[in-house]
Parts: sequence; C-alpha cells; structure tokens
Amino acid sequence: MNRLLKKVDWINLLIPVVSVVLGLLCGAIIMLIIGYNPLLAYQSIVESIFLQPYYGGETIRAMIPLVLAGLAVAFAFRTGLFNIGVEGQLMAGWLASVACAIIFGHLPKVVLLPLSILAGGAAGALWGYIPGLLKAKFKVHEVISTIMMNYIALYSTAYIIKNFLYTEGERTPTIPHAASLASPFLANLTQGSRLHWGFIVAIIAVLAMWFILWKTPKGYELRAVGFSPDASKYAGMNVSRNIILSLTISGVFAGLGGAMEGLGTYQYMTINSAFTGIGFNGIAVALLGLNTPVGVLLSGALFAGLQTGGLTMQSVAGVPVELIQIIIALIIFFVGSGYVIKWALGRLSRKGHK
Amino acid sequence: MSYAIEMRHIRKEFPGIVANDNITLQVEEGEIHALFGENGAGKSTLMNILFGLYQPDQGELYVHGKKAVINDPNDATRLGIGMVHQHFMLIDKFTVAENIILGREPKKHGLLDMAKAVKIVKELSEKYGLDVDPYQKVEDITVGMQQRVEILKTLYRGSDILIFDEPTAVLTPIEIKELIVIMKRLVSEGKSIILITHKLKEIFEACDRCTVIRRGKNIDTMSISETNPSDLASMMVGRKIHVQVNDAPYDPKEKVLEIEHLNVLDSRKVNVIKDLHLSVHGGEILGIAGVDGNGQTELIEAIAGLRKVKEGTIKLNGQDITNQKTRKIVEAGLGYIPEDRQKHGLVLDFTIGENMVLQTYYKKPYAESGVLKNKVITKKAEQLIQEFDIRTPSEKTLARSLSGGNQQKVIVAREVDRSPQLLIAAQPTRGLDIGAIEFIHGKLLDEKKKGKAVLLVSFELDEILHLSDRIAVIYEGNIIDIVNPKETDENELGLLMAGRKKGGAES
Repeated sequence: MNRLLKKVDWINLLIPVVSVVLGLLCGAIIMLIIGYNPLLAYQSIVESIFLQPYYGGETIRAMIPLVLAGLAVAFAFRTGLFNIGVEGQLMAGWLASVACAIIFGHLPKVVLLPLSILAGGAAGALWGYIPGLLKAKFKVHEVISTIMMNYIALYSTAYIIKNFLYTEGERTPTIPHAASLASPFLANLTQGSRLHWGFIVAIIAVLAMWFILWKTPKGYELRAVGFSPDASKYAGMNVSRNIILSLTISGVFAGLGGAMEGLGTYQYMTINSAFTGIGFNGIAVALLGLNTPVGVLLSGALFAGLQTGGLTMQSVAGVPVELIQIIIALIIFFVGSGYVIKWALGRLSRKGHK
Repeated sequence: MSYAIEMRHIRKEFPGIVANDNITLQVEEGEIHALFGENGAGKSTLMNILFGLYQPDQGELYVHGKKAVINDPNDATRLGIGMVHQHFMLIDKFTVAENIILGREPKKHGLLDMAKAVKIVKELSEKYGLDVDPYQKVEDITVGMQQRVEILKTLYRGSDILIFDEPTAVLTPIEIKELIVIMKRLVSEGKSIILITHKLKEIFEACDRCTVIRRGKNIDTMSISETNPSDLASMMVGRKIHVQVNDAPYDPKEKVLEIEHLNVLDSRKVNVIKDLHLSVHGGEILGIAGVDGNGQTELIEAIAGLRKVKEGTIKLNGQDITNQKTRKIVEAGLGYIPEDRQKHGLVLDFTIGENMVLQTYYKKPYAESGVLKNKVITKKAEQLIQEFDIRTPSEKTLARSLSGGNQQKVIVAREVDRSPQLLIAAQPTRGLDIGAIEFIHGKLLDEKKKGKAVLLVSFELDEILHLSDRIAVIYEGNIIDIVNPKETDENELGLLMAGRKKGGAES
C-alpha cells in the first residue's frame, strides 16, 4: 500500500516534466515542418541563458513578476479559489508603487523603497479583497468578479496616469532613485541587463507562501476551507472570512509583482491599452508548478527562460519568436491533459514490471 | 446439480494485496445467496470479476453449469448477469423509462419508440412488483424508487442472475423491508440473487444460503437455517464478537445540555422544531428515536450553532450557547460526530494527522505564537491511531483513502480525545461493519462511564435500545415521549415514532 502511494506521488511530479518535454518535442516538429533547425534553435536558447550574462540576467528579471503572479494564482488555488484577477491586481500594484514613489519622493531610501513596495502589495490586496468580499457576502463567483476587476484596473490605471501622473511618452514620470530597485552592480554583473533587487522579494514571497500555508494555523484553516468548506464550517471555522483573506493575500503577491515591474524593470508605468499578460501567464506558471511554491519558482524560471531565450533563437536560428508562445501553449496543453499522461505512464511502468 | 453461478478457486492480486485468495462461490438456481464479509474483505473484487470489470489471475467461472469467460460487462450482460450498483448509475434529468432503456432503446423506423419503452417498463414493473412511474424524472423520485429503477434496468437487459451490491446502505428501514419483499418476488419468478452485505439482519431476513469471506479468503458456506447471528458475526470478523451492552449503572449527574422552548426553521423557512424541551445529564446516553425527517438534523445543527434558533434557549454546562458561533460552542464543551462523515466530519484531502486537530489546530500545544507545531500534531495522531486501532499505513495518509470504518474512527478519536462534556453522535455507525460498530459503541459507553453526556441520534432502533439510558422519541419536531429502554420494545417505539402516544391516542 505504501509503495503504491509513493508511486502515485512520483507520477504526479513527473507530469510537468513530461509535459515540458512533449511541448518542446512538438515545438521541434513544428519547426521542422516549417523548415527551421530545432536543434540549433534550442541550443541557442540554452547557450544564451547560461553562457551570456545579459540573457541570464534578463531571464531572472523576467522571472520575478512571473513567479509572483504564479504564487498569487497558486495561493488562491490552494484555498479552493480561482483567481483570474492577478492581471488587474498586478496593474493596481504597479501603479500604486510608482505613485507612492513619486508622491513621497522626498523621503530617504530606507523609508521610501519599502513603503513603495508595500503600497504595491496593498493595492493588489485591495483588488483581491473586493472579489473576496463579493463572494463571501453575495456569493458572486470569483472567476466572474476577478475578470471584471481586471478591466477596472486596466482602464482606471490609464485614467489615473493620464489625469494625475502624466508625462511625455504616454506614461508616468520616472520614479526617484530612492524608490528604485535597479542596481548598477547587478547590471554590470550581467553586462547591462535590467536585473534588479526584486529577485529577493520574489524569493521571500516563495518562502512566505510555503510558510503561511503549511506552517501557520491560519494557513491550515485556509487549506481546510479550500478542500472542504462544509467540514470546516462544522469544525467551527469562519468560511466567509477565509475566502476574503485568501483572495486578499493572493492579491498581495500579485500587487508585489506589479511593484517589481514599476520599481525595478521599468521605473515608471505606461498607459496600457491592453493587458500585460503577466497575470495570465501566472495561471500557466502555477499550473505547471503544481501550485507549490518551489514548483512555481521552477516553472517561472522555465517560462522566463523561454521568453528571453526566444529572442536569441530568432537572431541565431531565424525562428520567429512567436513560436515560443506556441511551445508555452503546448506545454500548458499537456499539463492540462495530465490525466492522459498519468494513464500512459501507468501503463508504461506496468509493462516495465512484467 | 448445476449452479446458476459457480466461481472456482478465484485468485486476484493487486500490487501489495491479495484481494481474493482461492475463493469458491456456488450460487444455486433460484436462491438468494449472501456474500458476507467486512469492508475490504474482497467481496466487491469478487463481484467485479463476475461482472467482467476485473480479470482473475487464476480460477474458473461457470454460468448455469457452462464454463464462461467474462471479459467485460457486456459479456456479463449477455450471460444474464446484472449488477445493481450501490451508487446508482442513473441520469437525473432523464425519466425512469428513458433510464431503463438507455443503451438498448426500442426503435421503430430507426427512431426511438418511447411508447413501446413505456409499455415494456410497465410490464416488467407489474410482473416483478417493482412500483415505478415511467414518466417521472429520476431526480424527483425517492432513493428507494431509484433503486427499483436500477433493478428494472438489469431485468430489461434480460438478467436472470442479479448482484446487489450493499443495496440497503442508502435505504430507510421501511425501504429495506420493501426491498426484501422485492428480492423474494424476483426469486419466486425464477431469478437468482447474490446479495453483498455486511449486515446480519438482512441475511437472516432475506437469504437462503451464505458465503463468508474474510481478508480475501473463503471461510465457509452454509444454509442460513443452520446458523445463528453471533456465529456468523464471529466468522466474519475472525474472533468472538462482544456485543456492547449498556451495563454500567445509570447514575445521572447534573444537567449538561438543557433545551427549552426551542423553535427552529429549516431551509424552506418551515418550523421544523416546535417548542422542544430536552435535557441530557452527565453519565447518561440519551437516545433520540424517530423517523428520518422529524427534525433530528435541525435539532443537532441548532445545538452545534450551525443553524439559527428562532426562539428558545440552549444551555451547555449552564452556559447559554443559543445562536453562538460554532467555535464558541465547541470550546464550551461540545463534541460532535456528524451524520455525513465524509462531507462534514473530515477534510478528505487532509492527512489523518491534519484531521485530528480540525477544531484545535489554533490552540496550544498544536500552535504556539502563530506557528503550527507539526511534530506535536504528528505525535498526537500517532497516539490516537494506536489507541483507536485505526488501520492506516501512517498518519500522513489522506483521510480519503481510508475505509469508512476507519474514517469514522478518526472522527470518534478526535472528538473523544477533546474530552467534551457533551458528545453528539449522529448515525455513528451507519454503513459500518460489525467490528467497527462494536468498537464505536464501546467508545460511546466509555464516555458515559467517564460521566459525560452523550446524545445519540440513530435510525437503527437496535442501536438506540442497546445503548441508551433514556430514549426520547421525536415526532414532527417535538419530543412526544421519553421512555425507559428496559420497559419498551421495538413495537412501542415504532408506534411512538409514528406519532401515537401511549394508550393509542393520536398526539
């Protein structure tokens, strides 16, 4: 019995790995059909990320918001909720951090930087709190309300920038140095990439998710409510309050992701006419990472690597960068068909035994 | 002599377990044959082999004396074997007739011939005394009727050997009686029946012969007329069964639970508890007897703070807990074994250890300064697993993968261990096998001996009569009488449960 359980776990872990391999394989087949050299393409990705400091730095840089968005989705999912509103929470966090940095620009760095990061987290929290409240009080399904909150975020950030924080180039002014996460040291180290100190925030967030969910009584409660609201209610837990809390914490992760872009990568926020896509990619990151903190970190690294490496793939192997999006989509498709993979692996291992 | 079904020396292994080890089953034509064993003894595996869902590793099958190879359920159906599943395989939105003909629809010019379908269903239901309305949707009919639809499905497919997989688990006592009548009727019409069960009562009421299996092995096959319940029970469990009786002296202490003028509305805003008075003392087991739907569920939920009290007061240990939050009531000394153990009693995707602290996880010693003490929780769980004989590979096992009896033991362990002043046990042994029932009864009696108050709600009159010090009969939301179990019997209780007070007067 024990052996059997172990085997099942092992298969579950294998699903994302197999999905990635299958995704890359299918991508290679598509490249072959169109007439590109897949080996050269993949080689260029790997070489650029691991051998060229600039691309390595850019990969980690791209990882930061992806991991935070992935954590936001995974956290909500662990508590039985589907947060599609990471995109909006991220934009709210982005604008709030940039606005805070500009408004309180006279403050010293030790105060202003943490304050601006917190402002981002708080705005994301608010953007998660509202759908949480709607669900707890009026039973509005969180998928609907978080999607709607995305649009509210998209257009209200544009409105606020246009009317209160506008500068030339359809964007906010650049944040003061005292609020910036950017680092000449890291940039030098990586031959001028935009890598910034935000990666520390992302790592802390990974640890925080693990700690909250598995090491605190509150996290225990959140998971219990996620698995079984009925049993939790019978055990004396307040289900509504946990729903609100879960989406709020999820929003904090997303908001921090936005703050990392505002204070780190870009140092400002542009008027977006469309979604950034980071929030939606977060869903994929969480899915591939099996909604575990470490899994999110790894799958965030993979997605960031593919996106950054895709640029060299284009210049070296001539493969259009859009193919990367196809490969990512294929990987997600295979993760989504995890049941089929599980079945196939089960059959293979049974044959191996006989 | 040829048997309707003969399974010879069947062996089936799963990774790590031998589910069936050299089992032989011989079912005579026209009999009701019980396949009797504890949960996990291998009954279902054996029947799944007969129905073609599994292939045996060794052994042979004979149907009506002819050797048969059954590769899938279609083969079984062709051979006239039909299965009435425990969990019904019906489409809620379809009518009774549509469900019955599904997969073998009568056709006229290539189109569905509904009139003919209805006619066939009516004929079958008359012939075998299976009362159903072909036009009603399955979602609108009672569980008992849904089961009759399942039986009709197998008959429609021409089955003459019917397998009933624990058919009474979902039925009320009256429906069980009806089912037994139906089974006898089927046999008198020439069918043969295999009844999978772990309930002694049914075997003695319904069956002709019985095969006992234990841990995958054949123990014995015998005529029911040649055995008795206690022998059969020991045979199933493999040791002498001590029927737990309430033999500790009845020495009631102070009132632990005190309910006055209680009025509660159900989800349709109908007054289901009407001016109810009840008190439970320390050191006693108060049994609540009643037909399902007379307010038992609502009463318990009101006590546990899960349902709003409209009027009246509930006191626990002298403390007013009316309309308090559940957690407050739990902290005031309530233990609760809920009726639906999987939905309300456990977080199925939590480990056993996590389930053990479902109400106490935030308190010392399980949490300190905002951090869970996982080691303490593990230790506690391991201690309770030992103490309550919970059969599991480890405390890290998910509650979902435990058997029903072991799941219930986890709940009982958790609730009893908190040492509550009042323990509510709602249908604590429903669906469990004799070994587990005996164990749980023992634990309830222990609570009484410790001087705690136990409120037992059960539809099983035997259980109520066996364990209670006092029996309160609930009828239409009111306690219509409180009787002494030593001075009453099933008949008197049955009348009271139907609303007749002593002396025959309508209440």
